[in-house]
Amino acid sequence: MELEKFEYDNAIVKNFIIASAVFGLVGMLVGLIVASQLAFADFFNDNFLLKYISYGRIRPLHTNAVIFAFVGNGIFAGVYYSLPRLLKAPMWSKALSNLNFWGWQFIIVCAAVTLPLGMTTGKEYAELEWWIDILIALIWVAFGVNMFMTIIKRRERHLYVAIWFYIGTFITVAMLHIVNSFELPISFMKSYSWYAGVQDALVQWWYGHNAVAFFLTTPYLGLMYYFIPKAANRPVFSYRLSIVHFWALIFLYIWAGPHHLLYTALPDWAQTLGVAFSVMLIAPSWGGMLNGLLTLRGAWDRVRDDAVLKFMVVALTCYGMATFEGPLLSIKSVNAVGHYTDWIVGHVHIGGLGWNGFLTFGMLYYLIPKMWNTKLYSQSLANTHFWIGTLGIILYALPLYWAGFAQSLMWEEFTAEGALAYPNFLETVTQIQGMYQLRVLGGLLYFTGAGVMVYNLMKTAAQGTFAATEADQAPALPVTYTPSTNEYWHRVIERKPIQMLVFSLVVVAIGGIFEIIPTFLIKSNVPTITSVKPYTPLELEGRDLYIREGCYTCHSQMIRPFRSEVVRYDPVDQEYSKAGEFVYDHPFQWGSKRTGPDLHRVGNKYPDSWHFNHMLDPRTMSPGSIMPAYPWLLEDNIDYEMLPKKISAMQTLGVPYAEGYAERAIADAQAQAQKIVDNLAGDKIKTDKDKEIVALIAYLQRLGTDIKNKDLTK
Amino acid sequence: MLKFIKGHMTSIDGIEIFPVLSFVIFFSFFVAVTVWIYTMKKSKVDEIAHLPLENGNDYPFNKNSENEK
Repeated sequence: MELEKFEYDNAIVKNFIIASAVFGLVGMLVGLIVASQLAFADFFNDNFLLKYISYGRIRPLHTNAVIFAFVGNGIFAGVYYSLPRLLKAPMWSKALSNLNFWGWQFIIVCAAVTLPLGMTTGKEYAELEWWIDILIALIWVAFGVNMFMTIIKRRERHLYVAIWFYIGTFITVAMLHIVNSFELPISFMKSYSWYAGVQDALVQWWYGHNAVAFFLTTPYLGLMYYFIPKAANRPVFSYRLSIVHFWALIFLYIWAGPHHLLYTALPDWAQTLGVAFSVMLIAPSWGGMLNGLLTLRGAWDRVRDDAVLKFMVVALTCYGMATFEGPLLSIKSVNAVGHYTDWIVGHVHIGGLGWNGFLTFGMLYYLIPKMWNTKLYSQSLANTHFWIGTLGIILYALPLYWAGFAQSLMWEEFTAEGALAYPNFLETVTQIQGMYQLRVLGGLLYFTGAGVMVYNLMKTAAQGTFAATEADQAPALPVTYTPSTNEYWHRVIERKPIQMLVFSLVVVAIGGIFEIIPTFLIKSNVPTITSVKPYTPLELEGRDLYIREGCYTCHSQMIRPFRSEVVRYDPVDQEYSKAGEFVYDHPFQWGSKRTGPDLHRVGNKYPDSWHFNHMLDPRTMSPGSIMPAYPWLLEDNIDYEMLPKKISAMQTLGVPYAEGYAERAIADAQAQAQKIVDNLAGDKIKTDKDKEIVALIAYLQRLGTDIKNKDLTK
Repeated sequence: MLKFIKGHMTSIDGIEIFPVLSFVIFFSFFVAVTVWIYTMKKSKVDEIAHLPLENGNDYPFNKNSENEK
């Protein structure tokens, strides 16, 4: 049969590698800064009080940079390298490859500019505003088209399992991103989520969990199934197991999202469903991990002196640890301890630093000598990187496990008399300060290791010559294919990638729909509470400021139905949070971490003047607090002119303001603001009704109070 | 738009069966895949498993003499 000659494009792989390394360092550096802001709060409050680097604004920058810039570019680098080689066909379109590269970097730059400016949707890991969401969708589709056309033009009939993982990734991420990003723009800088309250939470965590599953896990499993056989120089331990791994993962993952919302106002049936599927997930996850590790059978001696294999072994071990912890944390009684604490932060960093980070490093140590036709500049530097990186992970995670348990136990402890042992939340924060400082050290080690790697790889590249293309040859696939008579049906699907695309989309969509539709359908899932009314225009404005400053990164608004929580957060009425209280919250702000206390019942708890002083410098009201100060809220002005637009937007979303209320919004807001100003004046605080602090106080004083208007509650 | 979706879904007769159907589809597909995998021919499985190693399994490169400087 005649051999066709063709060339693989290495230049695009090189671009993605550089982007991944550069943005990786940037993302880790921002992570170090946010960790330091918690560990050395006084230092930052006294010396670096700048709104653009305030914790609430740059923690989303850290998460977005690491997930979408570091890992994202890592995915593209690995896919653009392995896909053409597995299919014996170059990428279909160079133009689309370049569009994918430059478009993605443009999105990253947009994120790096908008997040510090406070342009955020307020939904975790989906913070980017509506127009960036549209760009992401377009660039992602460009990637998908390029991938599928390459699959169609391939010269290898079989699709290796890595490609299945890439396909699953493409389809599911597209679906998650689009469904979760339904938002109503009111300006270039601002939009509101289509969903509210419980629905928004369910959609968000369906997205959030599956972002972990289909952005941080499945594409990297694809890379694992390609690069581990490459580096170990032997085929995967069990190819059959790898296929079961793939189907079981996508079958189970898509239903697991609600485990982020255990003991919240989410309906019980959804919580239980999430738990069941999460626990089952351990089977395919560990199957995959063992499949990777066992691929090294007979090659373990090489792990001792081969940097690539070392990194991959630790990456797989961390994958195993994280996927053991995940199901464990999904069990309700364990979740009751771990949720809202630093345990979760430790858990995700085992995944992020260990699994994604180390697999990326292993891949880079393999690819750069390969593409530059040379050997690694220094094995000993690579070993140094390996050891300080591993130590960094341990020093990062262990203190946070300790901190998580310590804080959770302190939250729940009662004295013999039945009172909270630590009634002041701050005591539980100062207790774990040392752990936060150790975590910074762990992060610093890891970051230093990554720096050593970049140096080593640059030296490697300098001593070699980069081959922009790599030639290969293979016979074309025969146009007409006569299947053997006893062919299995799965082989038929495999041969028809477009049908397979549609089919897998349907399969994943059904799982997603099952989880979401019922809350749209059944009114009784979100019981209405008659006393819960829409926010006033000023409160709505204050809520937007709460979102802008990223308060949700440290404060939850979801009191779980535990005695320890209702006594702590609502000592008088002891009301936990009800689903019906959030029906006008576009977006929901339940949060996922309590670095500070829950705020759902903070309304009317303190006088206005307390909030004013607390935002000016939290340490004056709570000595020892690690919360940043927000002096700019006292100086910057409220944009009253936007209010009518915001009210109309809320009406579009179904919030029942009276017809024509938008026109009265400004007057109403200013009247309410004046009341707060007068109230503050009574405490000898001078401000005026145009300042942002007034709107924020209005919102905080409203939080969780509606349910207490007993006359209105039936 | 959301109201439009909501309205339409409630108007579908017997929509309660959809979730059950989706589970059945999922589950039977999964079982079928498992059966297929374990009945695949060993030679075919090996052939596919070797795909990543086809274009030059030359790793580790540093043992490659032409790269030694």
